[in-house]
Amino acid sequence: MKYLTGKTATYILLAIGAVTMIIPFYWMIATSLKTAGQAVAMPPAWIPDPFQFGNYLEAFEVTPFGQYLFNSVIVTGLSTFGEAITAILAAFAFARLNFYGKDVIFAVLLATMMVPGELFIIPNFVTLANLEWINTYMALIVPWLASVFSVFIVKQQFQSVSDDYYYAAKVDGCSDFMFLWRILVPMSMSAIITMVVLKAVGSWNAFLWPLLVTNDTSMRTLPVGLQAFTTEAGTRFELLMAASTFVIIPMVIFYLIFQKYIIRGITNTGTKG
Amino acid sequence: MEVQFNDVSMTYDGSSRTVLNDMSFTIEDHSLVSILGPSGCGKSTTLMLISGLLFPSGGKITFNDRDVTRLDAVSRKVGMVFQNYALYPHLSVIDNIAFPLKMAKVSKKERMETAREFADLVQISDHLNKKPNQLSGGQQQRVAIARALAKKPSILLMDEPLSNLDAKLRTVMREEIRRIQQQTGVTTVFVTHDQAEALSISDKVMVLDQGVIQQSSTPMDLYENPQNLFVAKFLGSPSINTFSLDQIADALPERLVAQLKKKDVETIGIRPESLTQTEPGAGLFTGEVTHIEIVGKERTVKVKTADGTEVIIADIPVVFDVGDQVSFGSKPASLFYFDSEGIRMVISDAE
Ligand SMILES: Nc1ncnc2c1ncn2[C@@H]1O[C@H](COP(=O)(O)OP(=O)(O)OP(=O)(O)O)[C@@H](O)[C@H]1O
Ligand SMILES: [Mg+2]
Repeated sequence: MKYLTGKTATYILLAIGAVTMIIPFYWMIATSLKTAGQAVAMPPAWIPDPFQFGNYLEAFEVTPFGQYLFNSVIVTGLSTFGEAITAILAAFAFARLNFYGKDVIFAVLLATMMVPGELFIIPNFVTLANLEWINTYMALIVPWLASVFSVFIVKQQFQSVSDDYYYAAKVDGCSDFMFLWRILVPMSMSAIITMVVLKAVGSWNAFLWPLLVTNDTSMRTLPVGLQAFTTEAGTRFELLMAASTFVIIPMVIFYLIFQKYIIRGITNTGTKG
Repeated sequence: MEVQFNDVSMTYDGSSRTVLNDMSFTIEDHSLVSILGPSGCGKSTTLMLISGLLFPSGGKITFNDRDVTRLDAVSRKVGMVFQNYALYPHLSVIDNIAFPLKMAKVSKKERMETAREFADLVQISDHLNKKPNQLSGGQQQRVAIARALAKKPSILLMDEPLSNLDAKLRTVMREEIRRIQQQTGVTTVFVTHDQAEALSISDKVMVLDQGVIQQSSTPMDLYENPQNLFVAKFLGSPSINTFSLDQIADALPERLVAQLKKKDVETIGIRPESLTQTEPGAGLFTGEVTHIEIVGKERTVKVKTADGTEVIIADIPVVFDVGDQVSFGSKPASLFYFDSEGIRMVISDAE
């Protein structure tokens, strides 16, 4: 009996948690299907009436959404790919190679994680302006090709692989480079996927930086593009929500596919995501 | 492949301690040699030097008279089995076995054929498509051996390959290793700190302590003719009893004692199984029985002499009880004499 009450209480708590998490998403999707009038109606309507699927088309028409989507895919794709490569190479160097000042360099890199990211915005902006990269893909991608956090996650994982694998691979005819790509990376897949997903989500959702370094519609990414629905004349909530739904769907799919790895990766490396 | 070490020394980078000191030995072609010694004596280091994964700080290593001192593991073509097997977890059993061939750019068809052949040899053919984590420890080890053999290595190196297995499987696998070695004829070096393992499967055992070879010989010879106190103590279970000459001089013939003194003999060793019960007061020593242990056919008796020395006696008829005073002696021929440095002294005319 006691056991049952305990269980019931747990389930009620979990249910409350789940509902709290889901309501904003539900609200976003519901609003995206409402008419303009219903979207701002008081009291709020829980169920759209009628279902206004046309909002999605309209959202695409009133803004260059296709261009935003293209930019987001390019920026997220390249910066995630680039960061994965730099993280893997740097992690290998820090985890397995011996070079002068290795520990000091890594400590300095870690220390940069303690500095609030906002502090870098102005100097980075000035650098890019001097390079005349403002309003280019370079500005959106290059500053995000390396991250200490990613290096850290992958390095921790690499270090947990026993030396014997390295020796076994050497005996089997692998060079350092082949050992990295054929043995170490496949063995560390869950940590690498965790790193990639965290990075991709962050990059896909990035707002402040793309807003700063682009001022032309042709260079804007999705999150920045969402602004277009807010004009002097007011906000088209139903269109904004339709566009937002569209923006988060790829990330949700991405997350669902890799969630098994992500959970394993986070527990393996002992870092919180 | 005959492997030879000529005055090989090893000091690890960034450390000042010499781990191996002017080591010289020859491993004969087609033989199975064990390196036996306590933890930290340099067994793994020796194996790594043979493999070419580490390079010595001095000396020369040859394979069939070819100088390989500066050649890496691939050029030396060694096969290696590690304590934790180091199977690649993302590859299936067959791909693990074929991996070194893939690295050597052997065609797919050929390497699959070879991999199957070696999977047969180690009797793992029923599990070819499983991943390593779906195999038991013994099976993983079979895969590791097949992978090491698949490239037809010049020499097979094994670093404590049995220590992750339970006691029963360990005996099975050491017989398997012997079988596979004899079937393929591959020269094999087997590192262990377990004397039973080393003595049961090797053609020759190399006993190592603190980076110095203490003795290198057949298992039988090591037991019957230890060249120093370390080897005498390290081999044999239960281990050898030792007395100082003064302790038992009274029980020995005067002429012998004189000879022993002349040769600077300090310690006398007697194996627990060469002691026999004598008339009270007649043997080498008398003491009180403190402990009798009978496990199956094995019997072990502990006796404490008047001066507090504990002596272990094995394989004798037990006709006394704990607390009894008993005397034990031995044929002079089964006594081992060691001088003050622990070197074995052979007394030629010891009756
Ligand atoms: N990479 C290294 N750097 C410095 N010293 C080392 C290194 N590897 C081993 N040593 C030292 O060399 C000595 C011999 O080590 P080795 O691993 O060969 O011993 P071992 O006989 O294999 O011992 P075990 O039975 O514990 O495996 C040890 O004292 C060890 O501390
Ligand atoms: Mg070792």
